[in-house]
Amino acid sequence: MSFFTEENRTLADEIIGRYPKRRSAMIPLLHVAQGQAGWVSPEAMVEIADLVDTTPAEVLGTCSFYEMFKREPVGKYLVNVCVTMSCALAGATELMEHAEERLGVRAGGTTPDGMFTLASAECQAACTEAPCLQVNYRYRYRVDADGFDQLIDELASGSLDDEIPPHGITARVRQHIPVDRAVGALPPESVDEQPVWLAAPAGNGAGAA
Amino acid sequence: MASYTIPHAAGFVANDAPRIVTERFDHPDSYTLERYLATGGYDGLRAALERPPADVHGEVRDATLLGRGGAGFPAGVKWGFCPPGVWPRYLVVNGDESEPGTYKDRLLMELDPHQLIEGCLIACYAVGLSQCFLYIRGEMALAQERVAQALNDAYEAGWVGRNICGTDFSVDIVLHSGAGAYVVGEETALIESLEGNRGMPRLKPPYFPAAIGLYGQPTIVNNVETLANLPWIMRNGAAAFTAIGTPTSPGTRMIAVSGHVQRPGVYEITNGTTTFRDLIYGADYCRGTRPGRELKAFVPGGGSAPWFTPAQLDLPFEASEIGPQGSMLGSGAVMVMDDTTDIPAAALTLTKFYAHESCGKCVPCREGATWLERVLRRVCEGTGTPRDLDVLLEVGASISPGDFPHAAVPERGLEAKPFPYQMTTICFVGPSAFAPLHSALTLFPEEFEARVAANAHLDTELSGTAPSEVPVSV
Amino acid sequence: MSDTTAAETAPSTVAVTIDGVAVEAQPGELVIAAAERAGVHIPRFCYHERMSSVGMCRMCLVEIDSGRGPQLQASCMVPVSPQMVVNTTSDRTQRAQEGVLEMLLINHPLDCPVCDKGGECPLQDQTMAYGPGESRFVEEKRHFQKPIPISELVHLDRERCILCDRCTRFADEIAGDPLIDFTERGNQTQVLTFPGEPFSSYFSGNTVQICPVGALTAAPYRFKARPWDLAQTESTCTTCAVGCRVAVQSSRNELVRVLGVDIDPVNHGWLCDKGRFSYGALSSPGRVTRPLQARSGARAADLAEVEPMRNFEPSDWARALDAVANAVKTARPGAIAVLGGARGTNEDAYAWSKLARTVLGTNHVDAQLGDGLPAELVVGLGTATIDDACTADTTLLLCGDLREELPVLHLRLRGAAQAGTTRLVEISPTETGLTRDAAQSERCRGGEAASVLRDLLDGDGPLSDELAAGSVVVVLGRSSVAESADAVAEVTSIVADRVPHARFLVASRRGNVRGALDMGLAPGLLPGRSLITQPAPELAAAWGELPAEPGHDAAGILAAAAAGDIDVLFLLGADPLTDFPDSVMARLGVAGARTVVAVDTFLNQSTVEADIILPAAAFGEKSGTTTNVEGRVSALSELVTPPGSSRPDWMIAAELAMLCGADLGFVSVSEVTAEIAAVCETHAGAMGSPADADGVLVSGAAFEPALPPAHVAPARDAYSLRLVCSRKLYDGGVTVAQTPALASLRAETAMRVHPVDLERIGVESGSEVEVHSERGALRLPIVADAGVGRHNAVLAFPSPELDVGALIDATATVTDVRIETRVTPEPAS
Repeated sequence: MSFFTEENRTLADEIIGRYPKRRSAMIPLLHVAQGQAGWVSPEAMVEIADLVDTTPAEVLGTCSFYEMFKREPVGKYLVNVCVTMSCALAGATELMEHAEERLGVRAGGTTPDGMFTLASAECQAACTEAPCLQVNYRYRYRVDADGFDQLIDELASGSLDDEIPPHGITARVRQHIPVDRAVGALPPESVDEQPVWLAAPAGNGAGAA
Repeated sequence: MASYTIPHAAGFVANDAPRIVTERFDHPDSYTLERYLATGGYDGLRAALERPPADVHGEVRDATLLGRGGAGFPAGVKWGFCPPGVWPRYLVVNGDESEPGTYKDRLLMELDPHQLIEGCLIACYAVGLSQCFLYIRGEMALAQERVAQALNDAYEAGWVGRNICGTDFSVDIVLHSGAGAYVVGEETALIESLEGNRGMPRLKPPYFPAAIGLYGQPTIVNNVETLANLPWIMRNGAAAFTAIGTPTSPGTRMIAVSGHVQRPGVYEITNGTTTFRDLIYGADYCRGTRPGRELKAFVPGGGSAPWFTPAQLDLPFEASEIGPQGSMLGSGAVMVMDDTTDIPAAALTLTKFYAHESCGKCVPCREGATWLERVLRRVCEGTGTPRDLDVLLEVGASISPGDFPHAAVPERGLEAKPFPYQMTTICFVGPSAFAPLHSALTLFPEEFEARVAANAHLDTELSGTAPSEVPVSV
Repeated sequence: MSDTTAAETAPSTVAVTIDGVAVEAQPGELVIAAAERAGVHIPRFCYHERMSSVGMCRMCLVEIDSGRGPQLQASCMVPVSPQMVVNTTSDRTQRAQEGVLEMLLINHPLDCPVCDKGGECPLQDQTMAYGPGESRFVEEKRHFQKPIPISELVHLDRERCILCDRCTRFADEIAGDPLIDFTERGNQTQVLTFPGEPFSSYFSGNTVQICPVGALTAAPYRFKARPWDLAQTESTCTTCAVGCRVAVQSSRNELVRVLGVDIDPVNHGWLCDKGRFSYGALSSPGRVTRPLQARSGARAADLAEVEPMRNFEPSDWARALDAVANAVKTARPGAIAVLGGARGTNEDAYAWSKLARTVLGTNHVDAQLGDGLPAELVVGLGTATIDDACTADTTLLLCGDLREELPVLHLRLRGAAQAGTTRLVEISPTETGLTRDAAQSERCRGGEAASVLRDLLDGDGPLSDELAAGSVVVVLGRSSVAESADAVAEVTSIVADRVPHARFLVASRRGNVRGALDMGLAPGLLPGRSLITQPAPELAAAWGELPAEPGHDAAGILAAAAAGDIDVLFLLGADPLTDFPDSVMARLGVAGARTVVAVDTFLNQSTVEADIILPAAAFGEKSGTTTNVEGRVSALSELVTPPGSSRPDWMIAAELAMLCGADLGFVSVSEVTAEIAAVCETHAGAMGSPADADGVLVSGAAFEPALPPAHVAPARDAYSLRLVCSRKLYDGGVTVAQTPALASLRAETAMRVHPVDLERIGVESGSEVEVHSERGALRLPIVADAGVGRHNAVLAFPSPELDVGALIDATATVTDVRIETRVTPEPAS
């Protein structure tokens, strides 16, 4: 019936509650959806539209703008090989060729067993450790052909399961704002005064903890 | 989840130069609250809370803390652009680091998240920002985990949230993960993205986010590294800060040096005094090109920056000296090319990057960047013609009209054209697609000419009947 | 100019220089708009003066010097500033514009010969004017699947699209239906709907009109004509009473397209899809094009069961009018009635009003069909304009769902709420299209808005203060036809008592209902917004003696007919069986009249029972004037000749008068117009120059309406639900049914009930139930809808499939219904 699991539905409500406007939760909720299914399905978009009070068309518009959201199932491991300048200077092209050969798919393809999707990616901010790649957004630095083969073997054997979750789950540590510590998000139209500390005299009891 | 240990990050290289934002990086547990508190953590915030917010703002203004995101605008001045009497105001932290060659914000988030959090709190306190959104690039899983953990710990310990340090200063910091779009690093696109929209820039002169930002409210958008400087400034004072570097460019900044050097890495350099020669050749830094290789060219400030050649090596990290020489300091990334580099192919990786990352809003960028990429690819693959090289410059001129900045080429008597450029687009992504290509064509024309020389006859054979001659008027 | 003068004028204008000419611009005005007013056209694709600027296409780049030297800037993004110098023709500007055009064309298919937009295409035109002349692009163009339908009405060709954001912006900003959006990114960006969710907005046709290329095309117009072959005239839409200004276009004597024309006071260029596309009905095969007379003894029982035309034999005007005249001559005194007239022109209404009073000798005339407000209130109360409602501090909505009833008024009010120029407060039995934009939205039981209003005014909330302090416009209408108009009248009394400075905009729905009432097509009114008891001297002189007996309204006419007291019943473009709320009474009335004469364009539920049908000319086939909800008189133009021997209503009235031995005194429509101006003091100024696109606002009436006494709130029955019969834009009326493009868009009829109520009566959403009222019963599906107020049961009226009117008793104050599920009896154990 509904797309989100009960647990994720609760999480979605918590996330929405952090923003002054519901729509701001759109990208975080798309991440939650992708974390649940490994990709973002039309059903997920319809439900998110409902949660953030917009139309599925607008959710699709936002979703399709961002590289990370996959609107079709991908492999358990998304292997993103960086091909931008610093990595290219350090042999990214050769690495990609090797990866294609090893996995038997072209960049953009998924292995028949559904384990690996190989993709060329733009700069991943690890330029000094070129050539680099990410598996489900976990870095591997200065990867050569042997290193790549070893990585694939380890992924296939499951020995990296602790470090690298299946595609869709990016951060495994989530922010949680304790209710008794939260200031709370108010819609901007409901606030028209300056914050209290601006009005208060200086040094009002700071220095605790 | 508890059994999962977060791996340490790689890339940072320490040396003896003054350090402001990377002080804690040497500790293997630099990202924990315990280490943070044991090394002066949150002292800057405590110092700030003892003073009126306006004083704190003044201290930051006096420090001349230049934005570290790319534009280099003084943070204290930017804060002052919030229109008085309009509430609420927001802080948006730009952690969408994606500029090719750049990674220092990622390290700051992975290795010292509390420093960033403390910086956010100081900014919120000083300017009266009632909520903070910490936008972290989607692909940076580790940074997201470290910041999330740090926020959870800081909330628990009372450093973030309601009545911070027992005062009436209260602010929430919300971690917001992006989802893969370079253009979102542009601050108005960042705000669009944070509102749940497609990340398309909405720059509307004369308005800027400080006046009309998130939800139409006054919004300060600051880069991660910029904010990470604040705890140090509050602990040590603006005078100590300006004592490092030069008066116009005080303090330090993190520079990622990649490409053809012996010791690539992220270095904290001194603003205004460290030169590119120090950085690329210095024993404390990259130690020069690989044995037997000569420096051919380098990108001084991230993929968007026009290129330099050895002739510009002695320039310091000082915006006012770089601009007249035809480039910019940008996002703190130096990419080094030695004499083995295929210049057109290197330019193609960057032009392709910007074409891929164009948001699609402005016609010259949406259509022009891809056009540039396609023609350049043909040139690189050997199917281009001499006419194609003119087309590249002409199409580029439609994105960025007038003299495009470039470095001097003394041996050809070519003088530098100063920064900045003009543009027909809203943001810099369009001109950025042209910048590497323009530099490559201007500094190394012979490498392009060699690729197309064999096809010169095609231009003449096709003239008169070529598609390029067919009038498009309809 | 002296210093003092400069200081005085400084805030009101901004001095800028555009192409060397000094221009006084409005503060905050965009450079592109200031230039336009100064006669300098800056090319553009994405900029649209009625939407926010996005600076997307970059076509409007010009050199702007704001004191720091000339810089290329998008003139749609930059507001004027003092001493600004703008150069729209410099070399740099020209090169930038050429560059943008070249880029726009590199992926454009240039399939102009087979493109509907060819010949009227801004991309084509601006390429000619500002383009580079040739392209340097030799790569492969971007390809997409050629046109894909994004709704029943609109097709999208993504290859032609230049991604100007006009359609997507319109859908989001103006229509509030963001069902299309950009998808993908960069060079692959494309406009799309969500799979399975078409762009089913009532306003979708506007996107076709504002598309600057041929990317969006309207299904009904595709490949119908070429722009250079079209004949065109400006006119006013009469599909509803908003009175949107339109351009009507024809090819080979057939209407093929209607476009919105931008006028400030009314529609800002927008149209609803019903207004835009219902011209299709005019050439439908169901059109009556010659007089018809019933075969002897044949009065059809049911339109649905019998082929309607088979009840009639073709006639001609002489025979048909003779038959009518005979019926009139043999009618008993006071036994003639005229129902309808709200779908014609003011001239038609005036002619029939004059015919009824001076020739037929009856005051039994009513342009409304029991579904409006008392005519005296409509004419006497309505003094607020659409602009007033959009700028009042508070606009109180006490009416039906304007999106369904008066769509472009809905757009205007939505825009005003979004822009913050007014604050909408709504009291309605169910959520409406404006609920999301309302500052306050209250649910009431059907027919009990008055008590909610009273509570709000008496309560602690801010509303009473806000109403007391600021300007107030009340949009007044019938939110349901299942309750009597007394409920609305009561609201009127409360407002008049408690918020005396409030002004009313009476949201009458049908095309020219306001004009028809202004022309006296109401039992108690005469032309010129005057009471029958106080005829103006000019009118008395022109018309002579008038019938003394007060007339019946629609309900009275039908009741009298049912009782056998009406000998001739004229249906002037009226379909009481569909539109009169109480369908039982309507059926009895039409059946009970001795002779029924229909003047109409189609056979409908009622006219199929007529004895004589006279074919009427329709919109686009006749000229004259029309009057909108605010009382604005504007011109209607004739573009095509009426089909067959159809004629305008006024002409039929004049000819009938002749056969009855009288002369109405006019032989052309302009003579009717002139006579209206002469005998109606209120209209004297308006009728002279209605050809102005903005029309002329006729304000004031010759009388103060007597406000009805407070009415007693109906007793509530804890077990029943209050029936609310609200309007849908695509309804069960004949216009939609006869418009091929719209007929399929009519929604299924289900009763909508609040989920709590549904649970209380123990019915699953989606199940079929039996609904019983005092009057009748219907079997229909029932669904839960949290937008419906508690204790209400909402049905669309008129429904294409169901005889909803069978539940309604026109003489009752409200209609309560009980829901019964047919329980399969358990087998005896």
